[in-house]
Amino acid sequence: MIGITSYGGYIPRYRLSRKTIVQDMAWYSPVIMAVAGGEKSVANWDEDAVSMAVTAARDCMTGRDRKSLDGVSLASTTLPFADRLNAGIVAAALNMKEDGVSNADFTSCIKAGTTAAISALESIEAGNKNSVLVVASDQRRTKMATMVEMFFGDGAAALLFGKDDVIAEFKGSHSVNCDFIDHYRGAGKEFDYGWEERWQRDEGYGKIIPQAIGGFLEKTGMKIGDFDKVIYPCYFGGTHKGIAGKLGINKENVHNNMHAVCGDTGTAHPFVMFVSALEEAKPGDKLLLASFGQGCDVMAFEVTDRIKDFKGPNGIKGSLANRAELASYQRYSKFRDLIAADLGIRGEANPSSALTVLWRKRKMLLGLVGAKCRKCGTPQFPAMPVCVNPDCWAVNEFDEYEFADKEAEILMFTGDMLAASVDPPAIYGLIGYDGGGRTMLDFTDCDLDQIKVGMKVKMSFRKRYFDERHGFTGYFWKAIPQARGGDA
Amino acid sequence: MAKGIRDKVAIIGMGCTKFGERWNDGSEELMVEAFQECLEDAGLERKDIQAAWLGNCFDEAGVGKSALPASMALRLPNISVTRVENYCASGTEAFRGAVYAVASGACDIALAIGVEKLKDIGYGGLPEFNSLMGVVNQLWMANMTAPGAFAMLATGYAARYGLDIDEVRKALAHVSVKSHANGALNPKAHLRKVVTEEQVLNAPQIAYPLGLFDCCGVSDGSACAIVTTPEIAKSLGKKDLVSVKALQLSLSNGTEFAYDWDGAHFITTSKASTAAYKESGIKNPREEISMMEVHDCFSITELVTMEDLHISERGQAPRDIMDGFYDLDGGVPCQVDGGLKCFGHPIGASGLRMLYEMYLQLHGRAGDRQLKDPKIGLTHNLGGFPFMNVCSIAIVGKYGA
Repeated sequence: MIGITSYGGYIPRYRLSRKTIVQDMAWYSPVIMAVAGGEKSVANWDEDAVSMAVTAARDCMTGRDRKSLDGVSLASTTLPFADRLNAGIVAAALNMKEDGVSNADFTSCIKAGTTAAISALESIEAGNKNSVLVVASDQRRTKMATMVEMFFGDGAAALLFGKDDVIAEFKGSHSVNCDFIDHYRGAGKEFDYGWEERWQRDEGYGKIIPQAIGGFLEKTGMKIGDFDKVIYPCYFGGTHKGIAGKLGINKENVHNNMHAVCGDTGTAHPFVMFVSALEEAKPGDKLLLASFGQGCDVMAFEVTDRIKDFKGPNGIKGSLANRAELASYQRYSKFRDLIAADLGIRGEANPSSALTVLWRKRKMLLGLVGAKCRKCGTPQFPAMPVCVNPDCWAVNEFDEYEFADKEAEILMFTGDMLAASVDPPAIYGLIGYDGGGRTMLDFTDCDLDQIKVGMKVKMSFRKRYFDERHGFTGYFWKAIPQARGGDA
Repeated sequence: MAKGIRDKVAIIGMGCTKFGERWNDGSEELMVEAFQECLEDAGLERKDIQAAWLGNCFDEAGVGKSALPASMALRLPNISVTRVENYCASGTEAFRGAVYAVASGACDIALAIGVEKLKDIGYGGLPEFNSLMGVVNQLWMANMTAPGAFAMLATGYAARYGLDIDEVRKALAHVSVKSHANGALNPKAHLRKVVTEEQVLNAPQIAYPLGLFDCCGVSDGSACAIVTTPEIAKSLGKKDLVSVKALQLSLSNGTEFAYDWDGAHFITTSKASTAAYKESGIKNPREEISMMEVHDCFSITELVTMEDLHISERGQAPRDIMDGFYDLDGGVPCQVDGGLKCFGHPIGASGLRMLYEMYLQLHGRAGDRQLKDPKIGLTHNLGGFPFMNVCSIAIVGKYGA
């Protein structure tokens, strides 16, 4: 049996109420009031498509052997590197093996996630691979007071495909590919450029998704009524309903487009919606997934008995529940760098990204891999040639030790108003890991007044700096204090 | 067994500029100002100096590389000059170089000079240092500043002793109030205004839980010392010699940061002070030390240091501070000249500036803040961060005391 063996998801903690946007921006573009309901998810200032992909991928691989992966595919239209494999950053952050794997970026189209999924399934079907992780992620920039600013949210989701312990069996796919341009983003451009909504709605989503699903049904002989959930993106609420009507899908069998809770997450959205459907699925449920973008991929799955024993990761449900309201539109605008606020002269220093160091220390910097002393058993970060235990000081006698999935406790911390930060104060502290080892990390996704010495923290892969001059994004791990909620 | 440095070297001249925002002076002017005072005090000429050490930390933002800036500014007679950098211990390191050179017999008369020109960067606080921490560290270390790194110590200290952070802040406020009171008496100090506890506690926050008045001044300045052997000093007609009793340095090895540490003390200071007391023959520092200049870069640093110098018992520094034990009229007056807090903190000069105050006090030349008959003075620098630092301690006193 071939299909999905695990899933994971990530919706950033910050949510921006669309009312907040309307309050601050409707003077400029009153039309945005038409979609003022609900909220959109907003990536923190230190997140991007790659960092969110890592979080979703790690979530998907919770309790699983990352070394057994034969490859990771990353689907996104907002990748930070045009020439450097972005999936390779994800792979390094997962501390995957390097030999005998094949990683790939699927990009330039918001249906790239399902395209990557079909490709993964085909390679498994062909017997070339056993286990492929596909993660889709997007963090699209939008101009102020636009409809897409209202519609778009940020997020990521991951699906693990394989042969063993399948929780949702793959039942076939069908694709339509055509050069229909509802919107595009020219190379090097910051923002999408779209044609009028009726074009996107009526000739785009409203025709192409039904066409592809119709083609799938015809090809496989299945009926739309066979499916317990039909999952397809479309942020135009009326059109989303209209597609169901066209295809004869009962209301209760259509998966919600999640406009109310996080908005449309772009390339990630078919996966985000699909994962949220899987989280509610029962054995025997049949799920039909469709994407959209220069065509449409349609994929069918049947949930197996194994879903009952599947230890759910945090997923979309868990990350939606971890919510903090971003009450200020200005703060959102600064997070997305839509307005110019002064970082101060202190913030001008540009770290040199020594490519030699990035290679030599890739496990440390991207995988948060430290060392465990073979002699005294002390876990330590960073790994150094001499053991840190003063009663040991063994030289070069270490095994690799991963800290990324360890919890830790805050030993000391501060909120620093002097440090150059997009979101002051810069909060950081010394943390001690469960099982040993300690280090100093930046904290993120937290509010200073919630933090206490002794509080638990979890690790999160984040953007650490952006070298504007060279266009280089540097990543490292931060600590997230485990105070739920919060209000920003 | 090493015998140590006690009474092997005497200080025969010192100089120190006024610290402050010296907009119209660069490192050269500052060094020459301190050096001229020092030469005059010693009654020597340039040609008498046989070796020199320059202490400076942010060379990138100030003097530039090598010891040439000192050799050229002071027009030293083509002698050996060495630049040393060890974060905030740089000034004391320069002093150590000169003292050891004399003690070894390699030369008779040596100069230690420290300088830092910090106000050429265009923003408040110390120069940004994350990008100066090495090619690996700058890619992962937390987005720290000095106040933030030390502020963490306050949360660690409060947690270690089960104190409410506001109790700790009160003791910290007294630390700053006391230093401002002392600084007000010192014409060379950068900040010369008396402040109240209320002002300190209500000041804007810089890094939780530290406010503006918990942080020392960022100043330009220079200080220097000329040292020789007690025998040569006497032959030059010097009386009431001030001699070096101990010079100790202790550096972190990564334990605090990556292995084990309570987050409420300085391992290095604790070790360096123990070694310094041994070297100087001090059995009971609380009784025997007449006065101190410690590294009060932040109020919390001073509080914790009182325990690591083994003068306050563990957990008892807040009580001693509130009791006024470290005030000018207390048991061991601390920051007699205003400290880093008010005299200012041009990094490379600070260790030598502390020694300057000890030297003035021992000679009875400290003006309004003169203590009664001090015999032994201790200076302390703490460079780097609480979890990864360089600690230097110097003890000086009346020769033979």
